[in-house]
Amino acid sequence: MTLMKVEKLTKNFGGLSAVSGVDLTLKNKELVGLIGPNGAGKTTLFNLLTGVYSPSEGSIDLVQDGTTVSLIGKRTDQIAELGVARTFQNIRLFKNLTVLDNVRIGLHNKYGVNTFSSLLRTPGFYRAEEKMTEEAMKLLEVFALDEKADYLAKNLPYGDQRRLEIVRALATDPKILFLDEPAAGMNPRESVELTQLIRQIQKEFDLSVVLIEHDMSVVMNVCERIYVLEHGRLLAHGTPEEIRANKEVVRAYLGGE
Amino acid sequence: MENFVQQLINGLSLGSIYALLALGYTMVYGIIKLINFAHGDVYMVGAFVGYYVINYLNVGLIPALLLSMTFTALLGVVIERVAYRPLRNSSRITALITAIGVSYLLQNGMIYLVGPGVRSFPQVVNNTLYQIGSFQISQMQLLIFGTTIVLMGALQFVVQKTKLGKAMRAVSIDSQTAELMGINPNAVISFTFLLGSALAGAAGVLVGMYYNSIDPMMGYAPGLKAFIAAVLGGIGIIPGAMVGGFVIGLIEVLISGYGNSMIRDAVVYGILIIILVVRPSGILGRHVKEKV
Amino acid sequence: MRMLNKTNIGWLALFLLVFALIQGAVLVGWIDAFYEIALVTILINVILAVGLNLIIGYSGQFSLGHAGFMAIGAYAAGIVTKQIPNYGGLLVGMLSGMVIAGLVALIVGIPTLRLKGDYLAIATLGVAEIIRVAILNMGGLTNGAAGLSGIPYLSTWFIAFLAAVFVIILIANYTRSSVGRATISVREDDIAAESLGINTTRYKTVAFVLGAVTASLAGSLHATYFSVISPDQFTFMRSIDILIIVVFGGIGSLTGSVIAAAVLGVLNVFLQPFGSLRMILYALALIFIMIFKPSGLLGTKELQLSKWFNRKKKQTQRQPVKQKEAAR
Repeated sequence: MTLMKVEKLTKNFGGLSAVSGVDLTLKNKELVGLIGPNGAGKTTLFNLLTGVYSPSEGSIDLVQDGTTVSLIGKRTDQIAELGVARTFQNIRLFKNLTVLDNVRIGLHNKYGVNTFSSLLRTPGFYRAEEKMTEEAMKLLEVFALDEKADYLAKNLPYGDQRRLEIVRALATDPKILFLDEPAAGMNPRESVELTQLIRQIQKEFDLSVVLIEHDMSVVMNVCERIYVLEHGRLLAHGTPEEIRANKEVVRAYLGGE
Repeated sequence: MENFVQQLINGLSLGSIYALLALGYTMVYGIIKLINFAHGDVYMVGAFVGYYVINYLNVGLIPALLLSMTFTALLGVVIERVAYRPLRNSSRITALITAIGVSYLLQNGMIYLVGPGVRSFPQVVNNTLYQIGSFQISQMQLLIFGTTIVLMGALQFVVQKTKLGKAMRAVSIDSQTAELMGINPNAVISFTFLLGSALAGAAGVLVGMYYNSIDPMMGYAPGLKAFIAAVLGGIGIIPGAMVGGFVIGLIEVLISGYGNSMIRDAVVYGILIIILVVRPSGILGRHVKEKV
Repeated sequence: MRMLNKTNIGWLALFLLVFALIQGAVLVGWIDAFYEIALVTILINVILAVGLNLIIGYSGQFSLGHAGFMAIGAYAAGIVTKQIPNYGGLLVGMLSGMVIAGLVALIVGIPTLRLKGDYLAIATLGVAEIIRVAILNMGGLTNGAAGLSGIPYLSTWFIAFLAAVFVIILIANYTRSSVGRATISVREDDIAAESLGINTTRYKTVAFVLGAVTASLAGSLHATYFSVISPDQFTFMRSIDILIIVVFGGIGSLTGSVIAAAVLGVLNVFLQPFGSLRMILYALALIFIMIFKPSGLLGTKELQLSKWFNRKKKQTQRQPVKQKEAAR
């Protein structure tokens, strides 16, 4: 079942095309890799799909309960509410808040009570707070971060920060999760652990995951399908085997003819 | 129609003062992304220096202008060195609060030194009125306009044609890269404050003569309006500050001339808010979005 | 009744204690008419600073227009109580001021709160000036530059105290809730907040409106305690005075704002004879704090009774948890 359908997506910055004419489909519960050399437009594509940038041309449709919703013209927070979550290449945690609060903010839209109840602390407020804390701790437990719930996010080790960002994104209860280089800066062992974790959460949370990654072994191992971008254009897409055998891809990565 | 041309003349002379002040805001913002809240008060200090050198040293307009510009130029450099430089890597809000502190300090320092009262500025220029056709232009207005044009021309020359100007432009685009190219950003930033503050000093003397009255709080409103002029023209862009200054001057004079002078300030602030919301990059600016 | 937990009872006790101390000082005569003015000024400044801190410290938006919203409250209460000189009038005046201030904040907030940092500061400053010019031009209703006098003396230090406690509780409740955390997330990283479905404009606006409403309340107290108001009491300078309190106390610390309002209020009494020298000191202090301790007195720290109680609870609870683990 198709979850997201992207057609002829283009983004121009001034005279430069960062992304041009990209077609992409995402099915239910699949793990897709997005690879390409530096500057190929991978992060820009994420920014377009999550509403951070608005596309110059093309369409992005989300299929929800059988109905199709266009994401064009929607704000980032509206897109997030529709079930699209993401992490960032340069970690963007709420650094001065605790690990628990970072996750609870992700849960806010689902459980948070309105301003009025919060100002007056109605019984509903206390119930909602308890429920949120409970849910947040459950999620943190999956990533073995529950012991560090009271730490300030900025005091976490680097690998934990990357994982916390994933937990926080999962808290919004997404259907699609975009991970922008989740293993960047991790050592090989951490990177392998993370790969397993991504596979695990993809199954456990019934998610479609799109992964930008430079580490080819990670992508080839976990992804069912791979899209390859170069200079903002789609160079190839297919299974890991097909991509590995694709001459264009080899040329883009290794240079030469 | 005659009235309109007359208003136009008045608006241009007022606008040229705003433009002089706006240049200081725009240059500083362009280079360190700080709204130098104290800039209006530097202009106030300039007016007082003019007042004292004319009254006590009995000098004419040109020496008074030069002395005042020298003093405010030094003041600007000192303010940057002492209050702003330590905050180079702080948040913009921190820097802005500091600038408000400096503004407060200059105002209250001046009140402490000379009292809060309004003083009349000595008249060193015969305010002859020239009749051209059916409208009139005063010598004072010609002088303000002329001085502004000369100073702006000089500034354009410095920024566009000299080595220091090139360094200024480089630092404003990318301070770190400029440093790698052997430019000393601190020296360039000091120089920027020097230029901007000198212009503010000149504006102070000119305004003192034009309105014939000065007081320690005189910097606040024109300072804000000049900042609005800078935003209107596109902050960080030197020709934008000139355009913005003239536009704000004209709007003010036209509202006073045709409408209710009581709402003049409200209209200018209203324009600011509309510009910020509709086109925050200003008339001559380009919009830049944060990289994610 | 979850409201009757230890923490809330602790706070109630604290407020009662402060009240008893002030009441005692008044009865003994330590707080005479002169010091009572200082006390009410402090209480009004507490309300203003706590509200401004919500905007600056929690939502991370920089407003320089607080005095404008204070003016709305002052004039609303002044105009209404001159017609209805009793407590009913005071209540109507306060509420109508709060509604108007809230609406104005909503109308100007939605477009301007999209602006970043220093641009927003200038826009809010402009809004406050427009409010002031509007008041100047309302003819007989506001009496122009001369302002209103002969406003009935309806507010007392006790009413000001109640209002301050009310505002502190309200704002503290807000900041320690899910909506409060959403608001803080906007300060911390608005792009990340949006990616989590947080409508950043909404939470910025809520904080801005709450700040404006509380400022209006402070203005109403000001008008009905001092009896005389004029537009020149609500200039940019007044906004800066409140900003100074927030900065001294710590941007993001409500406790800090309360303490700073009290300390500066007491200092003001003693430095009164020094006139502009006092302002020079404040200006210098503002600059030095920004350079050497930009986090202010308390940074973002708060007095948290819940932590006190929970610490005790944790100590007593830790034992059983370990036993449970051992039993496994």
